[in-house]
Amino acid sequence: MNNALKVELGRRYRFSASHRLHTAHLSEEENFRVFGKCNNPYGHGHNYVVEVSVSGDADPATGMIANLADLDAFVARQVLEDFDHKSLNEDIPAFRDTVPTTENVCIEIFQRLKSFPKAKLERIRVEETGKNSFEYAGENLEGNRP
Amino acid sequence: MVLITRKIEFSASHLYHNPNFSAEENRRIFGKCNNPHGHGHNYTLEVTVAGEPDPVTGMVLDLKELKEILEREVMQRMDHRHLNYEVPELSGQIPTCENLAQVLWRLLDPKITRGKLHHVRLYESPDLFADCYRNGAGMAGKQ
Repeated sequence: MNNALKVELGRRYRFSASHRLHTAHLSEEENFRVFGKCNNPYGHGHNYVVEVSVSGDADPATGMIANLADLDAFVARQVLEDFDHKSLNEDIPAFRDTVPTTENVCIEIFQRLKSFPKAKLERIRVEETGKNSFEYAGENLEGNRP
Repeated sequence: MVLITRKIEFSASHLYHNPNFSAEENRRIFGKCNNPHGHGHNYTLEVTVAGEPDPVTGMVLDLKELKEILEREVMQRMDHRHLNYEVPELSGQIPTCENLAQVLWRLLDPKITRGKLHHVRLYESPDLFADCYRNGAGMAGKQ
């Protein structure tokens, strides 16, 4: 019966962090031209929202694709504890050499969560502000929205 | 193909309890969702229908018609009800967001005859939701 439907569980999390868009591959002038105010030297912050979607068959005994307590604990350990109230540039090793755009934040969070043992990670969607959001579903398109 | 989405809200109570588990197991697995007298949520349901706009009316389907289907199939069944005791479609199942989304899909799919049901998203709270798609739809089916 479940084969007829694809069901995903989605959960939203929040963290607040600072970042600065800057790359050593460009000159000071080019950095400012490309990144604008996001290149201001001391960085700035956002309240990020991370939407995590996982899929699988709901366990008939619990009705759950994944127990939220397990998912919440995994996301806290893998992402939120490292990202919340931190500087993405300074505190997250992946962004030492990679610009912490929200595109790259999506990819980094996907990499950190794809080993969730209880269900299949389908997609990460990150809202940098209420007006822009980014999605990443891994290298193949299977997890993209139908 | 065009997607059109209609949103409705309903309020209902539920609790999670599996009679095959001991009281301790129920508490350990379901936590506060196992509190014996239940609790409630304001659910938001987004129903997306896919189709080609009719050349005369410009509509995939008449939103009035979709609104009536949602009123009959969802609101009258579930609004201000206890999901465990008053919704037979959920009997024998734990009324989680993912199970309820599937029940809603199965109620709505046969009723939507203009266009085709494409996506159901059910929010149990702003931070928790379940999505249902037809398996093999869209990119997921292009393997």
